[in-house]
Amino acid sequence: MELQAVLMAAGGGSRMTDLIYNTPKPLLPVGNKPLMWYPLNLLERVGFEEVIVITTKEVQKMMSSDPKMKLDVKMKLDVVCIQEDGDMGTADALRHIQQKIKSDVLVVSCDLITDVALHEVVDLFRAHNATLAMLMSKAHEFTETVPGQKGKKKTAEQRDFVGVDPSGKRLLFMANEADLEDGLSIRKSIIKKHPRMHIKTGLVDAHLYCLKKEVVDFLAENKSISSIRGELVPYLVRKQFSKTANRQKMKDESEDQTQKKNDDSTNQELLIASRDESLLQLAQERSCWNDHHGDMSEAYHGGKLRCYVHILDQGLCYRVNTLAAYIEANRLAPKLFEEPAVHPSAVISEKCQMGSDSMIGALCQIADKTSIKRSTIGNSTTVKEKVKVTNSIVMHGVTIEEG
Amino acid sequence: MADSGGTDEHDKKDDVERSKSEGKELTKEEKQRLRKEKKQQKKHKEKKDDKASQESGKENKSASSAAAAPQLPTQTVKAPSAVPAPAPVFVPASSEAPASADKPTKTKAELKAERRARQEAERASKQGKKGDPGQQAASGKLKAPPSELQPVVKRLPEHIQVDNPEVLKKLAKKLERQQIPLRSDYGYKVSLFSHLHQYSRKAPLTQQLSIPSTVIHPAVVRLGLQYSQGIVAGSNARSVALLHAFKQVIRDYTTPPNEELSRDLVNKLKPYISFLNQCRPLSASMGNAIKFVKKEISNIPTQCKEEEAKSKILNCIEWYINDKIILAAKAIAASAIEKISDEDVILVYGCSSLVNHILFEAFEKRRKFRVIVVDSRPRLEGREALRRLVQRGISCTYVLISAVSYILPEVSKVFLGAHALLANGYVMSRVGTSQIALVAKAFNVPVLVCCETYKFCERVQTDSFVSNELDDPDDLIVTRKGKTHLENWQEVPSLGLLNLVYDVTPPDFVDLVITELGMIPCTSVPVVLRVKNVDQ
Repeated sequence: MELQAVLMAAGGGSRMTDLIYNTPKPLLPVGNKPLMWYPLNLLERVGFEEVIVITTKEVQKMMSSDPKMKLDVKMKLDVVCIQEDGDMGTADALRHIQQKIKSDVLVVSCDLITDVALHEVVDLFRAHNATLAMLMSKAHEFTETVPGQKGKKKTAEQRDFVGVDPSGKRLLFMANEADLEDGLSIRKSIIKKHPRMHIKTGLVDAHLYCLKKEVVDFLAENKSISSIRGELVPYLVRKQFSKTANRQKMKDESEDQTQKKNDDSTNQELLIASRDESLLQLAQERSCWNDHHGDMSEAYHGGKLRCYVHILDQGLCYRVNTLAAYIEANRLAPKLFEEPAVHPSAVISEKCQMGSDSMIGALCQIADKTSIKRSTIGNSTTVKEKVKVTNSIVMHGVTIEEG
Repeated sequence: MADSGGTDEHDKKDDVERSKSEGKELTKEEKQRLRKEKKQQKKHKEKKDDKASQESGKENKSASSAAAAPQLPTQTVKAPSAVPAPAPVFVPASSEAPASADKPTKTKAELKAERRARQEAERASKQGKKGDPGQQAASGKLKAPPSELQPVVKRLPEHIQVDNPEVLKKLAKKLERQQIPLRSDYGYKVSLFSHLHQYSRKAPLTQQLSIPSTVIHPAVVRLGLQYSQGIVAGSNARSVALLHAFKQVIRDYTTPPNEELSRDLVNKLKPYISFLNQCRPLSASMGNAIKFVKKEISNIPTQCKEEEAKSKILNCIEWYINDKIILAAKAIAASAIEKISDEDVILVYGCSSLVNHILFEAFEKRRKFRVIVVDSRPRLEGREALRRLVQRGISCTYVLISAVSYILPEVSKVFLGAHALLANGYVMSRVGTSQIALVAKAFNVPVLVCCETYKFCERVQTDSFVSNELDDPDDLIVTRKGKTHLENWQEVPSLGLLNLVYDVTPPDFVDLVITELGMIPCTSVPVVLRVKNVDQ
């Protein structure tokens, strides 16, 4: 098997506490579908047949009772429950399911709504035999105003600095502004190998990672890493250029590869050892290809650890973890699918005015003289007469009285 | 028109005579046909078209073998008219055949005979409709070359018949059966090369595959991607990578119940090979490697256990790589070093792994020479060769191919690598090689081609048009100072971009071919092939 998909659905939704009050984040309705449905749909469309879902017991219970999940998702969902109160980061969750991981993993977060062609990310992973391949997207300005917020809040402290090489594919540098105290410092070894680097700040991390199996094994050994995004990815990016990694590559070929696990140095564990390493080396030697020009080193500078990123220019990519993102997603998510805006089972009376931007869920009852503009009405809601609903998201099972 | 009318009358007279003489020959033909039908029934060759062509081919074979040689040209013209004549004879012939042949295939033979009779009737009626004289002459002329050549030429490979919609349909059907997506051609093709595939690197085949690929082994998907993106380039590298991927496939293979490993594994490999062919057309060296692997697999005795069989095959693959690539390189380097003397100026083109290896070895043996690396767009592979040589400490000069006639007066020898050596002595190599060989010949500089024997192939080609590879045309576009002039080349109707990959060098320009079997002249390639086939 080539890739195993893991969906992280145990997140707390710390940046949208108002919405999380009743329903847990993975089951928040976006366009009348639970939030979790979008990444699952993406995986299903691409051809995955099973997904490991890491979530809490509460979500699991709600999932089994949700008809949408049962009907639309045809893949086999292997649900793994973790403690809700525990401070489990995403990397801790991966460590938890290490026994189930038998091949390379594709980690997706439950709050990702995107229409990216997944093969672009996975192709980088396959073609360059990369350790990590991730997806990032150019951030779009949110056009909707968020109720309760005056003006647009600048999230200046949350900026990510991402350094890529001129082709835009190889990931050279990644740091969050919060981790940088004095300023941006880049190692000389990186500059020597890649004299041209583009540093971008306006990118949104889609939290979609392709990781090699050896990384999961490495996580099992190193219990100090608890978050993929915050710790593992910057660590891997840094380790691409670590001196010991390159030097030990030479020793590794003469040493017995079974000694890997016993070695203290963490670099050894990350080095990918496949059988017939010598054949792959031979093929690379004989091949007249190099990924960079202008210096005397071989392809990839002889480095075994490589991180790649695919930056999405056009297309939809949202992470629904703030209120503004949630509202934006509700507007645009229905456009991803060709489902009719009005669910066939909804009962709408004739005198109702409905804008084209709105979505009506199943089993709704909309009475006379109502006007619904740019809103999403959830399932099983009743809207009585003379109601104007504008720019809102109405959840499931709500009754709006007259007036 | 008058001439054709005259000859047609003559033809009609001859027709009557021919059919009389053919009456006697038909009995011999009948017997031959019986034998052939038995063979066909056993082999289960079902295709109608092949049948029809084989019929006419056999007709000519049997007719020409039975009749005298000078009658051959007119006989072939008779092929269309002769075919309806023995059609009624077919039925008794084939009805006799089942009596003597296997009983279960009786009905099949009858069905075939009926189909054949129907075909001939249709053909005769078509000829009658169109008007016999014109049709005779035209079909005669058309039939004459192919029917003459049919005994000699096998079917044309599909990859050079891209402008024939029937061939494309067949290919699409075959790929559909193997569950492999079809890669669509990209962009306007220059008319001389419209019979070849032209793909875009931005539309990889993996777009249409499911991501955890179940149909195709992940190692093969990875390899296909690396081929199409050019990460693995060069015939040696491609073959080694291919064999590495096959090793992984064989390791992960388990024989399904009620199947034999020797047959099932070969069938498993077929879709992978089609997939790789779609990503990038197979090279001659890869073709030979695949033939070897298939032969090894089918030679596995049936009583062999699975683990044993697998390890046997893996060892064979290891042996092949070691013998044909690594040791061959050493042997070639040993003989080539004799040809390199001190104070030599050696010209190399592009990045050939074998030539680089020779130069490294010669440098180790303390020969004093310098190298001139010639490079060409759009691949600019010479940069990589330059890097590797300079890293070892060899002094190099770098020029583009447009300057080759200016530096040739300084050059004492030219070393070229080859992608394949064809059976008529032509050398198939990176585009630009024949140019360099030509200029070197003009300057009386010896040209030495280095090639391992596993790259020898039985194809015959005299020009670079018939069989070649078209690379992504967008590679030719250059962006300087932010301006790309060719950005919208597709919108200009009279503009076509051509990015050829290979060209063919005639043997007159090549002085010596250095192989692991020794140093041979270019024209000895068919001898080597014959010896190899005898060995195997």
